[in-house]
Amino acid sequence: MLKTFAKGGIHPPENKLSAHVTILDLPVPKTVSIPLSQHLGVPAVPVVDKGDAVKAGQLIAKSEGFVSSNIHSPVSGKVVKIDKVPDTSGYKKNAIVIEVEGDEWIETVDRNGDLINTFDYSREEILKKILEAGIVGMGGATFPSHVKLTIPRGKKANYLIINGVECEPYLTADHALMMQKGEEILVGTMILKKVLDVDKALIGIERNKPDAIEHLTRLSEKYPGIEVYPLQEKYPQGGEKQLIKALINREVPSGGLPIDVGTVVHNVGTAFAVYEAVQKNKPLIERVLTVTGKSISKPSNFRVKIGTPISDVIEAAGGLPEDTGKIISGGPMMGKAINDLSVPVTKGSSGILILPEPEAKRKKIDPCIRCSRCINVCPMGLEPYLLMSLSQKNLFERLENEKVMDCIECGSCSYTCPSNRPLLDYIRLGKVNVGKIIRSRK
Amino acid sequence: MSSVVLFTIVSLSVLGVLSAIILFFVAQKFKVFEDPRIDQVEENLPAANCGGCGFAGCRNFAEALVKSESFDGLYCPVGGNETMEKVAQILGREAVAQDPKVAVLRCNGACDFRPKTNQYDGASSCAIESALYGGDTGCQYGCLGLGDCVDVCNFDALHMDPVTGLPVVNDTNCTACGACVDACPKDLFELRKRAKKDRKIYVACRNEDKGGIARKNCEVACTGCTKCFKVCPYEAITMNNNLAFIDADKCKLCRKCVPECPTNAIIEIGFPPPKIKEPADVEATDGKTGPAETIMKESKESINNKEE
Repeated sequence: MLKTFAKGGIHPPENKLSAHVTILDLPVPKTVSIPLSQHLGVPAVPVVDKGDAVKAGQLIAKSEGFVSSNIHSPVSGKVVKIDKVPDTSGYKKNAIVIEVEGDEWIETVDRNGDLINTFDYSREEILKKILEAGIVGMGGATFPSHVKLTIPRGKKANYLIINGVECEPYLTADHALMMQKGEEILVGTMILKKVLDVDKALIGIERNKPDAIEHLTRLSEKYPGIEVYPLQEKYPQGGEKQLIKALINREVPSGGLPIDVGTVVHNVGTAFAVYEAVQKNKPLIERVLTVTGKSISKPSNFRVKIGTPISDVIEAAGGLPEDTGKIISGGPMMGKAINDLSVPVTKGSSGILILPEPEAKRKKIDPCIRCSRCINVCPMGLEPYLLMSLSQKNLFERLENEKVMDCIECGSCSYTCPSNRPLLDYIRLGKVNVGKIIRSRK
Repeated sequence: MSSVVLFTIVSLSVLGVLSAIILFFVAQKFKVFEDPRIDQVEENLPAANCGGCGFAGCRNFAEALVKSESFDGLYCPVGGNETMEKVAQILGREAVAQDPKVAVLRCNGACDFRPKTNQYDGASSCAIESALYGGDTGCQYGCLGLGDCVDVCNFDALHMDPVTGLPVVNDTNCTACGACVDACPKDLFELRKRAKKDRKIYVACRNEDKGGIARKNCEVACTGCTKCFKVCPYEAITMNNNLAFIDADKCKLCRKCVPECPTNAIIEIGFPPPKIKEPADVEATDGKTGPAETIMKESKESINNKEE
């Protein structure tokens, strides 16, 4: 029996249509719009003005505060405006729009594709490079990586966990990255190990990716202290807390962080970005994303410049099918439908999923039949049916006591509900309101 | 047999008397003094328990009123000046009269004016929809039409208009408790000063986009053209983020701004149409200056009304 987490979980149809498709470079678009808020925390502050010429890799917005992140230009060209454009949040947010001209890069970036697997930087130097490169969690949560790597005083990490689970159906970006940039990921892991001062790094990969498990296991022989663990397929194993439970059998306390149980989790995409930042001096200006869906002609994995409009990406995958009902940024479980094709790819875009009309529609909501399936599948051990009704009735104090803030918003409850109740919708609303109350106490 | 009955009666009576004595002393010892005025004040409050005053209910508000030194920041919008006057009498203080207010919806984006650009099929709640994205039209500032405001209204003052898809305020029932103001995730409700005959002039738009974009997404959007700002003789209109706002305290309801607005974003309610009101005047003067004069006259009238 393979390792997995203990509580709850589901296993939706995987539909990994683009699993064995090689990552292709998407051509540079004509214009890119780069939102100033692509990460959790305070939006970055632009350091360029309208009309400025920028080179690829140049810093265009500086992080504001500790929990924030630098943003660099992915292309060379001219800043045409700094204005509000629609982004994946569904709202118009401030962004820097750059018109592409030529292909000039800043000199420090090493654009050679050769692997550099030795490094001789101190911890501080590495942290500084990661901070400057504007690296954020590439799994989708976009939490600034330097914050995670700065261990609070009095705490000690003894494991680094690298997340190669990719439990979301349809998405294959991490899988493709592990297959093609396996060694780079391992070097990135060695760098992260050094920063955290840990001896052991565990890479968790679900067994539905046997080739990636085999590939990384073989490569990891060269790198001491890195072990690859195959895991049973179960959603949401890619959640930090679930992965920690599965790999080292520790439980993150309610309201706590992984560091409280002596571990730090990073995504394989982040490990790769760290490799590029440290070894190649390349800031985070592109990412790998999956474009997929049963109705599109060429489900693919692309390496895309941040800021590329989603319409360009869909076009490259064979165009938008006629019967499209929903376009989702991210995976089918945790992703978010978008309402505008001009929305740019951001640091956190792991995929674009196109669902045909009949599949996209929500089904009729029926009354709760008290079957308790939502409780059985909740990976955090919560009672989703109760949280939903408390949230509907605005009983926020009880919601807080019922640990609504522990919800990781995986959507297993809504997925499994036979009455199609919008459980997660209301729980999320409850979380927002309870979060406000908690903040106002401080 | 009779002795058993007698014994029972006697023993129970003794127990009862003993308990009564103990309870009496306990009650003396743990007596909670409560200001009798709290009850008096509560009796005079509307007992709607709506929370419009900012307290958990009328009892809570009554306690706050009795405890506080002055009435600063304490006001019952439902009972209004009349209730506050009564409370002031009980407590022997001066009541500060406030202008009665009424809720207005600052969005006029009916389905005809503001075409839908996508379909929302999530849970039927404005709060949830707005947490997800800007909404199912091109305007991310406008009404979502799922009726969170109608649900929270305790006074039956709001209902959804099935034709426009927007909530409608019933001025007679509205007590300005502010529940809808808090409930609307787009912050579209405003409590404005109630004018005579419930007359209102306000900018029914909150779209902060630039003019062209706003207009493209909604026919009746405020484009921030500043025409009304320029024409207002009372400096009641302010421009901010491509959006005009009419300050109800400064506005004299002269209606000059209304015909200026190129997108009809300024709404007037409760006014008789100018031509019908004084048809003789309009006919007497030449066609162009007629309506303007009428408006001027009316503005003077309304100023006079204010001064009364």
